[in-house]
Amino acid sequence: MTRILADLRGFQNQYNKLHSDIFGLSLIRVILIALCIMFTAFHLLLFLQQNKIIMDIFYGTWPWYVSGFLIGSVMLLLIYFGKTFGMSSNLRTMCTILGAGKTSDFFRFDWKAQRWNLAVVLGAMLGGFIAVTYLSDPTVPTVVLNPTTVTEVQQMHIDAPDGKLMPDALSSAEALKSPKVLAILLIGGLLVGFGTRYAGGCTSGHAITGLSNLQLPSLIAVIGFFIGGLLMSWILLPLILK
Amino acid sequence: MKFIKYLLVGLLFGIVLTKSEAVSWYRIYEMFHFQSFHMFGIIGTAVVVGVIGLQIFKISNLKDIDGQPIILADKEKGFTRYLVGGLLFGLGWGLVGTCPGPIFILIGAGFWGIGVVLIGALVGTYLYGLLKNKLPH
Repeated sequence: MTRILADLRGFQNQYNKLHSDIFGLSLIRVILIALCIMFTAFHLLLFLQQNKIIMDIFYGTWPWYVSGFLIGSVMLLLIYFGKTFGMSSNLRTMCTILGAGKTSDFFRFDWKAQRWNLAVVLGAMLGGFIAVTYLSDPTVPTVVLNPTTVTEVQQMHIDAPDGKLMPDALSSAEALKSPKVLAILLIGGLLVGFGTRYAGGCTSGHAITGLSNLQLPSLIAVIGFFIGGLLMSWILLPLILK
Repeated sequence: MKFIKYLLVGLLFGIVLTKSEAVSWYRIYEMFHFQSFHMFGIIGTAVVVGVIGLQIFKISNLKDIDGQPIILADKEKGFTRYLVGGLLFGLGWGLVGTCPGPIFILIGAGFWGIGVVLIGALVGTYLYGLLKNKLPH
């Protein structure tokens, strides 16, 4: 009898502890609750979408404020997990795995400490697959651009998007047979790989994380991104694609 | 499985970047030509959410998931590497329309041709590793 009473008291103590924690609303719990709400909202959306109620909103282009909020949350989540958001670091890790450490000190580091980031990459690839396979519908218009943009890219022999994320002119099986297209993709990749490592980060590391942490170097890097991008997009791209 | 949470964060990232079309070559072109607010809105909102979130983390002395204090290292001081490196990356971004995240996401989404961009990016990263000590930083 006494043992049962003691058990009950222990249970009550645990219950009280849990209770005070919830109403003490420590920040971690607030975040967890917020995540639960987001999770529920996501499933609600999925349900509504399956029942073709708000299919158009869900299958169409997600608005910038929803997307921006979620990307900011991804960064904060990774920081809460004790890591930092940076996608281009994975390129270095991959070089190390491929054996680049034999020829350069830069690649001699413990790549296993970066496995979490490779998990993010794998998740992102799966996310891309899920988004195009299950969260898209050909009848819902996507990639609806400014009509001026469409006219401009067509003048450079780039097909209109028509719901596609990438132009056929750069990514279709047909286009990939062209040495010129292959060269564009390879050189573009080369600049991205070299530039991000030289600058120490890309859009995720500098533009999102660095600017959020009010880092001057990141602001300089982002200004660099834009000078490069403007130069390419306005002057070089029309010459290259002509 | 301790990597599952990272996989899930990546999953969210991949879905959001695809559904917001931030992975699209067209959206990047549109952004660099100031013909739409979309991309600026995405990056701007993410930064605003980030600034507010990090300030809350700091003020509340939030510990990370392992109970360690959250410390974000400052970026190394410098100018040349950030401007020149940033500029080179910008040239690539404007040309193929993919920063490193979208390279992986697009391959996952079935755009195999972007594998060529990935090869280029790996070669570019390797070249940086070889030339690192000769470059001004």
